[in-house]
Amino acid sequence: MKYLYYPGCSLKSSGKHYEISLLAVLQKLGIEVEELENWNCCGATNYMSINENYALEITARNLGIAEKQGGDEVIVPCAACFMGFLKTQKYMESESGIRDRVNQILNHSGLSYNGKVQIRHPLDLLVNQLGADALTRTVEMPLKDLKVASYYGCQLIRPYATFDDQWNPHTMDDIARAMGATPVDWPLKSRCCSGSMTSTMTDIGLRMNYVILKEAKSRGADVIITACPLCQFNLECFQGKISRKLKDDVRIPVMYFTQLMGLAMGIPAKKLGLKQMLSPSLVLN
Amino acid sequence: MNASSSEILTQGLTVKLEADLDKNFGETIAREAHGEKLFGCIQCGNCSAACPLSVWMDYTPRKVIAMVRAGFKQEVLSNRTVWLCASCYQCTVECPKGIKITDVMYALKREAIENKIYPKNFPVPILARTFYSEVKRTGRINEIFLLTNYYLRYNIFKMLGYASLGVRLFMKRRLSLFEKGMTNRKEFRSMLNQ
Ligand code: SF4
Ligand code: SF4
Ligand code: SF4
Ligand code: SF4
Repeated sequence: MKYLYYPGCSLKSSGKHYEISLLAVLQKLGIEVEELENWNCCGATNYMSINENYALEITARNLGIAEKQGGDEVIVPCAACFMGFLKTQKYMESESGIRDRVNQILNHSGLSYNGKVQIRHPLDLLVNQLGADALTRTVEMPLKDLKVASYYGCQLIRPYATFDDQWNPHTMDDIARAMGATPVDWPLKSRCCSGSMTSTMTDIGLRMNYVILKEAKSRGADVIITACPLCQFNLECFQGKISRKLKDDVRIPVMYFTQLMGLAMGIPAKKLGLKQMLSPSLVLN
Repeated sequence: MNASSSEILTQGLTVKLEADLDKNFGETIAREAHGEKLFGCIQCGNCSAACPLSVWMDYTPRKVIAMVRAGFKQEVLSNRTVWLCASCYQCTVECPKGIKITDVMYALKREAIENKIYPKNFPVPILARTFYSEVKRTGRINEIFLLTNYYLRYNIFKMLGYASLGVRLFMKRRLSLFEKGMTNRKEFRSMLNQ
């Protein structure tokens, strides 16, 4: 099985610690990945809001490259990219007009997408393919007594993803449990964090993140784990501002699920990007 | 928006004479949204209840659907409501009639951009358009360039509020001025011009 890897822009900048920790964990599990050559931005919600043709074309270009590079599966860790990939695949599969038009344009660059490469989120790969038992066997330092709130956000699990339960997702909780931690049950697991509204409609964006942080804290969580660079950024980088503005201390460590895994698997902090965090980091004893 | 003589605003409701409505609007949007069955909407309000942003919207998602199919083109497209949609797909998975409201919102955003009647000083479409041209320019997003250009177009003074966060991220090497971009940008750009 040849795994390709599409990082997307965020994992190369503000979400660097997601990439670092993901690659460290995969390496420890013996999974090799090959980065997609010359990939481009997936366009996220912005391209869809302006020009649907372009949105589909630029994502299809990445899928075309994956097919040319000869992978069986492409791993897409960012929730927004992952959803965009699935959406493009779905449209190309179900509407022949779109498929033909997009492929005609890709042809100019010697590419085409025919649905051969499968799109995978790392959570799917780790939980559904490797399985929780296999993960447990890699644990060197069980995260005993650690209460974890898994935050899935929106686009990771709906509307197209099938690897988890849309209504009550559990793959990150499965991972937390496999690492010896205790998942907390909370109702805001998949409530939207407002995406980039923290920069555009600041008051709304901050309030939406406040609700999530507050709920996780009041359920007794020690840490929130995420699987999306934008969710992680919002919850981590704005928690100080939110606490000050709304006069309520909602600060709490917010890390990627891969960083949590790495800690339990005994991977050194340096290889998990923990030094690049702004929120209080998790201290293990 | 120019209120036409036949338009009366009463208690937040826009009332129009039938002759002033854009009768094809519903059909156009339904088509643009890949054949969404807007006309099958039963106005149950599940979408509005599920939407985490509806409390800040001028028209709730249910109302947007009703206005679109009735032909309130100008009102819907010039309003900020659709730009408050964060594409979280909660409404879409909750709709008992299987209407993909998120895709309808996308179709409305595109229609507003195309007709140039989106709210001009509203930050969300400004960010979307900046993002759009940044990707076209380099193929990837560099967050420093994206945000700088966004604030230049929107309101440069607002950027100051983020300066300290920016510096802290920069020190942590989570922002960089020298991201490795794509190598064949020309080919990428020509793809977007076809
Ligand atoms: S998630 Fe955003 S930044 Fe990342 S590749 Fe997609 S569009 Fe670009
Ligand atoms: S939760 Fe927020 S960042 Fe994550 S996918 Fe949804 S809007 Fe995007
Ligand atoms: S949930 Fe569906 S049927 Fe109900 S009001 Fe919204 S769009 Fe109409
Ligand atoms: S997709 Fe948009 S309209 Fe639907 S629930 Fe989310 S924010 Fe509201």
